[in-house]
Amino acid sequence: MKNLIRSAAFLRPYAWQAFASLLMLLALTGLNLVVPRIIQAVVDDGLLRGDTAYLVRSALLLFGLGLVSALLGLGNRYASEWIAAHVSYDLRNRMYDHIQYLPFTYHDHAQSGQLISRCIEDVRAIEKFAGSSIPELARFALLTFGILGVMLSANLELAVISLLPMIPLILMTGWFGTKIGKLFFAVDQAVGEVSNRLQENVTGVQVVRAFAREEYETKRFESANMDVFRKWLHVIDEWAKIMPTTNWLITIGTILILYFGGQMVIAGELTVGAVAAFNAYLLMMAEPAQALTGLVNAGGEAAAGAQRVFEVLDAEPDIKSKKEARVLSALKGEVEFRHVSLKYQNENNHSLTDINVKVGQNKIVALIGPTGSGKTSLVNLIPRFYDVSDGAVLVDGRDVRDVELTSLRRQIGIVLQTSLLFSDTIRANIAYGRPDAAEEEIIAAAKAAQAHEFIEGFTKGYDTIVGERGVTLSGGQRQRVAIARALLTDPRILILDDSLSSVDTQTEKLIQAALDKLMEGRTTFVIAHRLSTVRRADLILVMDKGHIVESGTHDELLKAGGLYKEIHDLQLMQREEALTDIQPITGNKPTHENTLYAPRSNAG
Amino acid sequence: MTKITPPEFITRSEEQLDKGYDPKVAQGLMQFLKPYAGHMIFALVLIVIVTAAAVSGPYFVKLAIDEGIAANDPLALRNIALAYLIVSIIQLGFNYWRVRIMARVGQHVLYDVRTAMFAHLQKLSLSFYNRYSVGRVITRVINDVGTLREFITWAVLAIVRNLLGIIGTLIAMIALNFQLSMLTFAVLPVMVWVTIAFRKAARQNYRKVRAAVSWGNSVLAENINGVRVVQAFSRQQHNYNTFSGYVNRYYLETSLDAVWVASLFTPVIDLLGALATALVVYVGGTAVLGESITAGVLIAFVLYIDRFFEPIRDLSRRFDTLQSTMAGGERILELLNTPVEVRDEANAAEMQPITGAVRFDNVSFHYSDDPVLVLDSIQLDVKPGETVALVGETGAGKTTIVKLLARFHDPTSGGVHIDGVDLRTVTQGSLRRQMGMVLQDPFLFNGTVKENILFGRLDAKDDEVIAAAKAVGAHDFIMNLKNGYETSVEEGGLTLSVGQRQLISFARALLANPRILILDEATSSVDTQTEHIIQSALAALLKGRTSFVIAHRLSTITNADKIVVIDGGRIIEQGKHADLLAAQGRYYELYKTGFQD
Repeated sequence: MKNLIRSAAFLRPYAWQAFASLLMLLALTGLNLVVPRIIQAVVDDGLLRGDTAYLVRSALLLFGLGLVSALLGLGNRYASEWIAAHVSYDLRNRMYDHIQYLPFTYHDHAQSGQLISRCIEDVRAIEKFAGSSIPELARFALLTFGILGVMLSANLELAVISLLPMIPLILMTGWFGTKIGKLFFAVDQAVGEVSNRLQENVTGVQVVRAFAREEYETKRFESANMDVFRKWLHVIDEWAKIMPTTNWLITIGTILILYFGGQMVIAGELTVGAVAAFNAYLLMMAEPAQALTGLVNAGGEAAAGAQRVFEVLDAEPDIKSKKEARVLSALKGEVEFRHVSLKYQNENNHSLTDINVKVGQNKIVALIGPTGSGKTSLVNLIPRFYDVSDGAVLVDGRDVRDVELTSLRRQIGIVLQTSLLFSDTIRANIAYGRPDAAEEEIIAAAKAAQAHEFIEGFTKGYDTIVGERGVTLSGGQRQRVAIARALLTDPRILILDDSLSSVDTQTEKLIQAALDKLMEGRTTFVIAHRLSTVRRADLILVMDKGHIVESGTHDELLKAGGLYKEIHDLQLMQREEALTDIQPITGNKPTHENTLYAPRSNAG
Repeated sequence: MTKITPPEFITRSEEQLDKGYDPKVAQGLMQFLKPYAGHMIFALVLIVIVTAAAVSGPYFVKLAIDEGIAANDPLALRNIALAYLIVSIIQLGFNYWRVRIMARVGQHVLYDVRTAMFAHLQKLSLSFYNRYSVGRVITRVINDVGTLREFITWAVLAIVRNLLGIIGTLIAMIALNFQLSMLTFAVLPVMVWVTIAFRKAARQNYRKVRAAVSWGNSVLAENINGVRVVQAFSRQQHNYNTFSGYVNRYYLETSLDAVWVASLFTPVIDLLGALATALVVYVGGTAVLGESITAGVLIAFVLYIDRFFEPIRDLSRRFDTLQSTMAGGERILELLNTPVEVRDEANAAEMQPITGAVRFDNVSFHYSDDPVLVLDSIQLDVKPGETVALVGETGAGKTTIVKLLARFHDPTSGGVHIDGVDLRTVTQGSLRRQMGMVLQDPFLFNGTVKENILFGRLDAKDDEVIAAAKAVGAHDFIMNLKNGYETSVEEGGLTLSVGQRQLISFARALLANPRILILDEATSSVDTQTEHIIQSALAALLKGRTSFVIAHRLSTITNADKIVVIDGGRIIEQGKHADLLAAQGRYYELYKTGFQD
């Protein structure tokens, strides 16, 4: 309820329209209330007095009123839907924008499917509530008060009698509302379970088939399916009770009016027309009363939706530029980690502990170490995807927290392990970081990334749509487009996060060449498993459990005989084991420089 | 303002969804209703009774006014009110009954449909899953079946009820007074025309709204999934402008169009109702003056007009449901009617315990929807216990060979034999229970580590599970997890590294103790130490069974008993490592550039 009231704040820009809509509703309700009066007059005055002219006037009046209420109804309905559509437009915009700025820490824990359904389904639930449920509710309230007033003033006794059934009706609806919400929640949970089972089964279909577990899986599915069935039955039982009962209570009202009202007519206290009018008033309430249970449902959905929407909107984008943040001018590209520690939210251990590194302009830094040793965490601090828990990250001597975020990130290029492209043309994907780039620049970037050739191979060239609904690119092709994308922004600092692990050897060579070009004249951070990439670096950082355990050049580290040497020897051993019997044939002993034989998946 | 148009792929897919009534789909869905025909007929009977009771309402009002009130007869009035009460109670009871029956039938049908879909999914060949993404399968089984619910539970009977209601009201009106009835029906042609015109406009609008929704969905989904890239490239402002100025704006505009038409409909129908009422009041009123009808008849008539228009409004609303049901139904049936390519023969035997001799006898294969041969005349003999390394470039056909061996597909010509038995003559279950498979990207189910290993053999004991884990070198890291073997590996919970997942899937395969092992070596990156453990685990796994390995690692290839080099669906070389190198053929070339996929 609190959240529904909060979402009412989104109505503020449309206060005038809402007011107009309300006025039209008031007028409409007033007119509706007049109609039974006219019929009553027709019966009592027109018919009894035998006045034909009166009948003509009444008929014309009825039609005229019909016309005016049709116009008012149209205006009222359109106005409320118009407001609702605009509110939901605003809400979706807010959500979309807000999510874009939420930090990585948020997205690490959020499920993207849920975020999407909040933007679509939950906003729609609010829209529906604002657009049709609130006006319906208002109409019901106005009608009820109007009818109450008219009836009470016409005949107090009969009014009280005929409205008696409304008391249980309202009580029932309220009770239904509280109960049905819980039952629906249970249904949703059960459906979620079915969907989980299904997702798992389909994702693991090869395993299921390989181990001939189809029957076992079907049984598991059936039990989840049966649960949905049972949970629905609970809902149905409530529906079956409330829906016919609502109808019945209205009919009871009619019967009460007929019986008691009829007796009053016989006693001469009331006219026949008045009885008919009373009945007509009661029937007027039938439709909104029946809709009431639906409204209660919609209200519950909207409240839940509003809660989920506000959960997103209330999440703080805590990584943002400070008010006094300075815009960074062109960077030289010096990076320093000064006593940096990092502990992620919801985790017990530090991911980085007391990191101290200083990297000069245009240097290449390689990071190596086991999975989870903190390599990615470390490079993610440079574009300020996360904030340090302790210490500071400095770029050209400035703390990244003190500079304007966009001006920082614009000068950093990133190629991620799995390169995500968007459902758009290849051109738009390359120009993602600089939508205003000229055609020649885009082609130049593609050429440098060794992507131009395969792009030209498509019938539509750079206009080829890629992604989910377009052409499927291979991992290597995607990677090269991602490299072109990073290249086009001409970053001063370049981050390559394990960019070569998912491509085959041929492509890898092409990409390696592209990367060499990319690294020229920039400060570069490379995460890699393969020694052939690592050994060329100006500085190698060997990481383990969030610490830099060794650092230096390839030769220095080999001499030191620590973890780096261990990894190096393991890779070498695996390679040499396999190479022992090739030597007599090829005749030349492979050296470290000869990377052709590097087993890639194990080194990867 | 310039006109916004969504991308073509969005509008195209929405046009395909735009279904009217389709008898084929209706017939297909009827299959699921058949088992409940008895219940439905009973519900229909109840509806007839309920409708009759409902239609009689205004007549009781007329009786009460004419026979009771106007006739000054309190006794008659009491009796009429009592009769009306009894009828209304019958209506209440029968209504309750029919809602229960139909809603239950609806849930039964949905249960059946979901189960049928799931069971069918278990049989469909793997090529189906190449075409159908996980998301699409889930949409079919959850959302499309959901559209059926609305239809079966409410719409079917609502349509019947409304039709009956219209007919009943018509009869009642004609019986009450023929002339006044004709007067009311005078507005009918206008009404029918208005309804049809409205439907047409509404349908076009809804199509646009649906396109707008799916455009919005896909743009949102992409932006959320790619939020890290968005932030890395500082695209927020640009993306926001696109979203609010085009995608979301289009949604707003199409919604407003749709809302306008929808807002128009009800007032127009109400206006027609008012016209009919006015006509009846004038003509009917004159008739009362002429004493040809009573005041009760007139009042009842005004009530009937209301009851006549309400079902028409309701029917028009149900039309939307019908439309989405047809679209959903078609997609459900499309899935259910997808033919099962690999099925057990009627007289299929159980596969006897396998010794492990494998023979591909002149095997060729192509997919049913593509005549290009994926495998061409494969001839291969493998002795029990041998390790075969399959080597070749991506798309050469390595995976297809092992899929034929596990009988995920049947060969187009030729035959695959194990121990001299053609795989098509045995049941799939008895075959696969004796085979183990380790995939490139090891898949773990939601559940504990133990449950995942147990998937290999459900009745294995705890010490067997631990023994399997120990044999592949997984025991140590499992014991280091928070709850050891009971640690759950739920999605979004504990994240295991690729290497750790690999080891668990090795343990799973080892526990199953398969006679034939198929292994697709991982290509994704694993750190050097884990890699070392995996190498030794592999040795444990391959020992003593016929194994087919899609090999990427040099050591695996060189240690194999037989290396099979595949290119373009053909075996171009096979033999031992040293021999193949000496031959200086394709293997030699591949060897020089490294064995990667």
